[in-house]
Amino acid sequence: MTDKASGATPPRGFYGPEGGGGGLLSWVFSTDHKRVGLLYLYSLLSFFAIGAILGLTMRAELLMPGQQLVSPRVYNSLFTLHGVIMIFLFIVPGIPAIMGNFMLPLQIGAEDVAFPRLNLASWWVYMVGAFLAVTSLFSGGGAPDTGWTFYAPYSIRTNSNVSLAVLAAFILGFSSVLTGINFITTIHRMRAKGMGFFRMPLFVWSLYATSWIQVIATPVVGITLVLVVLERLLGIGFFDPAAGGDPILYQHLFWIYSHPAVYIMILPAMGVISEILPTFSRRTIFGYKAIAMSSMAIAGVGYLVWGHHMFTTGMSDTSRVVFSLMTFLVAIPTGIKIFNWVATLYRGSISLESPMLYAMAFIFLFSIGGLTGLVNGALSTDIHVHDTYFVVGHFHYVMFGGTGIALFAALHYWLPKISGRMVNEKKAKRAFWLVVIGFNLLYFPMLVLGIMGMPRRYHDYLPIFQTPHVISTIGSWVIATGLVLMFWNLWSSARRGALAGNNPWGGTTLEWQTTSPPPTLNFDAPVTVTAGPYERGEGRTA
Amino acid sequence: MSDTTLAHGAHAPHKDYEGAKTGMWIFLFTELLLFGGLFLVYSVYRTLYTHDFHLAAGHLNVPLGVTNTFVLLTSSLTMVLSVTALQKGDRQSALNTLGWTLFLAGLFLVIKFFEWSAKIEHGLYPGSPVLKSLPAGEGLFYGLYFVMTGLHGFHVIVGMILLSVIAFQVKSGRVHQGDFVKLENAGLYWHLVDLVWIFLLPLFYLTN
Ligand code: HEM
Repeated sequence: MTDKASGATPPRGFYGPEGGGGGLLSWVFSTDHKRVGLLYLYSLLSFFAIGAILGLTMRAELLMPGQQLVSPRVYNSLFTLHGVIMIFLFIVPGIPAIMGNFMLPLQIGAEDVAFPRLNLASWWVYMVGAFLAVTSLFSGGGAPDTGWTFYAPYSIRTNSNVSLAVLAAFILGFSSVLTGINFITTIHRMRAKGMGFFRMPLFVWSLYATSWIQVIATPVVGITLVLVVLERLLGIGFFDPAAGGDPILYQHLFWIYSHPAVYIMILPAMGVISEILPTFSRRTIFGYKAIAMSSMAIAGVGYLVWGHHMFTTGMSDTSRVVFSLMTFLVAIPTGIKIFNWVATLYRGSISLESPMLYAMAFIFLFSIGGLTGLVNGALSTDIHVHDTYFVVGHFHYVMFGGTGIALFAALHYWLPKISGRMVNEKKAKRAFWLVVIGFNLLYFPMLVLGIMGMPRRYHDYLPIFQTPHVISTIGSWVIATGLVLMFWNLWSSARRGALAGNNPWGGTTLEWQTTSPPPTLNFDAPVTVTAGPYERGEGRTA
Repeated sequence: MSDTTLAHGAHAPHKDYEGAKTGMWIFLFTELLLFGGLFLVYSVYRTLYTHDFHLAAGHLNVPLGVTNTFVLLTSSLTMVLSVTALQKGDRQSALNTLGWTLFLAGLFLVIKFFEWSAKIEHGLYPGSPVLKSLPAGEGLFYGLYFVMTGLHGFHVIVGMILLSVIAFQVKSGRVHQGDFVKLENAGLYWHLVDLVWIFLLPLFYLTN
């Protein structure tokens, strides 16, 4: 794993003429799951960049008390757009759309997903949704200012362009349902000969659980968002107290989806980590079945905890206790995973290359996110921290520190397979430290601010809050530098890095058996599986 | 999923009957949940405003609603006949029965149209001054009525488009005795449309 650039080139694989060649049309109309995965990669990362710039702007505004850069109204739009883009355009499709598309068929030894054209269609639907979301900024009554949750009744009353943004979210949900259906069918129908369910890699298991949540939860928010649009256009009154409707009902319907959506974000991330740990500790995974089943358990229990977003907004005491209890139950399968991961590392022969570093960062940051989640999940403490910066800190630790970092881990881990070239380790490590240190500088002060009582979604604050805010803003600059270096390094490594060969990390799952980058139909001959996914030494015939 | 010439070149398309059915069933499941959200809203407001719902439902036209139920049920029957005919290799009769299904779907929409226009003529539509003067529960009832039958009607239209496309494919021979899963899946979709209506009828028309 040297960083020496070499003159030799990797095989062209699916980038070559057989896969459709290099023209733009051959990409945007390709049904090859690998190309669709890369389409998603570039689209999602572009939106991530926009979202991050919006976040940095907010942080700049918060450097000092009072108004510096933007008016309160603009600040409201900033956090709304930042939330909408980061949630609906980046992190929810996130790992499944990018890495799932690329790796799922490879990992189960298939040629493609079950419905390749539907797969391409889901990318187009995604792009339509994204286009509408971006249009909503510049048209109608101006950028939406409701927060990404579109809570009624304000979302019904405001004259900013909520309808279009909500419609965009609906369409994006549709795209995610299509992907979910496709993945479930693929996993049921396309596994290679000899690969029973309990021989599937854990990443595939996590995609399976995720797809079910996508399919079960998304339609509910879909119809809810349609209702918001109809409410604004026709005044049906469902969520409008003046017409006898109930805004709290909106919150229920919204969170019935949006909480499971949190698991849509995190399960694939956990899947990535379960792939990286055995590879870089040269051991088989500890507790394979427990990890696989805990994914399914999280998917199941996660469906029943939505009420914990509403502890302070009007619910009976009985439901509050039940929802709080269910919330704590989610910690059990999550804990099972963390302990199994740590047990995998125990006495392993660990090597700390960049994917492994990011995996470690994931465990650390996600644990902070998970533990602060329990503070929110407990009834009494939630009263204190609800709607404060504590919550903002918490969900960034989970979503960004968890899923975001896991996506970075996956990018470093699978870049050799995708591009045929190695990541430049030295630069990757430098960027890594900037990202992790910057991350904690940026978000840890938010937890402190929340405990002190700083409410979220304000463009201004009292002077006593200034020190943590300054640290946080400085952190945002550090992490931004780190992110730029990281993406730059990934980009240049993919073009000029040392040749990777089929299996640079010594991974045991099927994607490492084929060439890097893989040929259009993934494997040169049909694959037969004869061993579990993480068993070492044993031959697997390809 | 066939004829993907662009990316896969001369590679034989992947055909999987079971897979296509699996995918369709999961999709139908998402449709149920979509309507499920609305049924949830309905049950909440029905509980809150039992009396108003009772009164408002009295204004709906029960004979038309029941007629439409029979229309849709019959269309489901002709749909089944069409699938069976194609499985037996009788393309002409498959096309005929498919034509009947489309006709009945159209009839359903026409009846629905007259029902809707009658309501709108009486000023009973979301946000109308008449509804605003009535108790809140009646307004919500009509809101739900229009949203739910509207969404259902939208599904009927989508179903008609789907069935027409497939009728052409049956005619051209792309969907045939050996590969009829598209017709079968469209049939499944059509039964779902029917099924949803069977719930809408008692919830709106028969609660008075
Ligand atoms: C450079 C990276 C980022 C920075 C500087 C940043 C910063 C911020 C700030 C300052 C807020 C607003 C706090 C408030 O006034 O209430 C915020 C809110 C939020 N962020 Fe980020 N963030 C970043 C990345 C992310 C990522 C990666 C995600 C998701 C995966 C995310 C999701 C959200 C969400 C959902 C909100 C809440 C919006 C709302 O209140 O409606 N952020 N972020």
